[in-house]
Amino acid sequence: MNKPFQTPIVLLGARLLSPYIMVFGWYVIFHGHYSPGGGFQGGALLAASILLMRVAGGRTVAELQIKEFATTPLAVIGVMIYFATGLVAVAMGGYFLDYGMLPIPGMEPDWLRYTGILIIEVGIGLAVMAILVMIYDNMVRGEDYG
Amino acid sequence: MKILKVLILVLFAAVLIYAASDLPYRGEPDNLMHAEQSITNTRVMGSYFIQNAYRDARTPNMVTVVLGDYRSIDTFGEQVVIYTAGLIALLVLRKSKRRRKK
Repeated sequence: MNKPFQTPIVLLGARLLSPYIMVFGWYVIFHGHYSPGGGFQGGALLAASILLMRVAGGRTVAELQIKEFATTPLAVIGVMIYFATGLVAVAMGGYFLDYGMLPIPGMEPDWLRYTGILIIEVGIGLAVMAILVMIYDNMVRGEDYG
Repeated sequence: MKILKVLILVLFAAVLIYAASDLPYRGEPDNLMHAEQSITNTRVMGSYFIQNAYRDARTPNMVTVVLGDYRSIDTFGEQVVIYTAGLIALLVLRKSKRRRKK
């Protein structure tokens, strides 16, 4: 095995690329209504931007972006956003995940469905991002130089 | 033995090509899956999605409507599968302090 070492060039390149990949990930999630994309693809892109910083910078740099203990709660929040959307629809008298019954005032049922799809896509994106980062963090634990 | 393997592969490819020659052409409007009524005189789901996706959810991307609205319980299941996979990876890969002492 090669001895690990810090290189400023790789870190600088990763710092340049990571925000743009993250913006593109959010674009893929929020533009899923009009172009190919959606929660799973956008979540994978968000995870790519975070993992790029983790690979390039080691643990101390990665802790500045998203802390290690925060990934599991984020995954739970992502799943809960989806599930709570379904349960709110049930509580308002519709079927499970029937977005037409969501309690947002001043919206027709078709625009409510539009909003409901957007909410669940954000939940999927958060969960996918957090789980991919969580798997990486657990794989490299104890083997990284940071 | 190697000849037998190659023979099996060639035979399998021949069967697949023969089966593929019977498939309908892509995008032809007379295909069964594009008809409004199936052969048992029930409504075909795909034609309903194509006709009503924009009217129901105001979303031009039909795939998103099918994934997020009509089949949202299936998508919820996918998300739970990913979540479970992550939790199991955490359980398998986590190094416990007890094991390190031995």
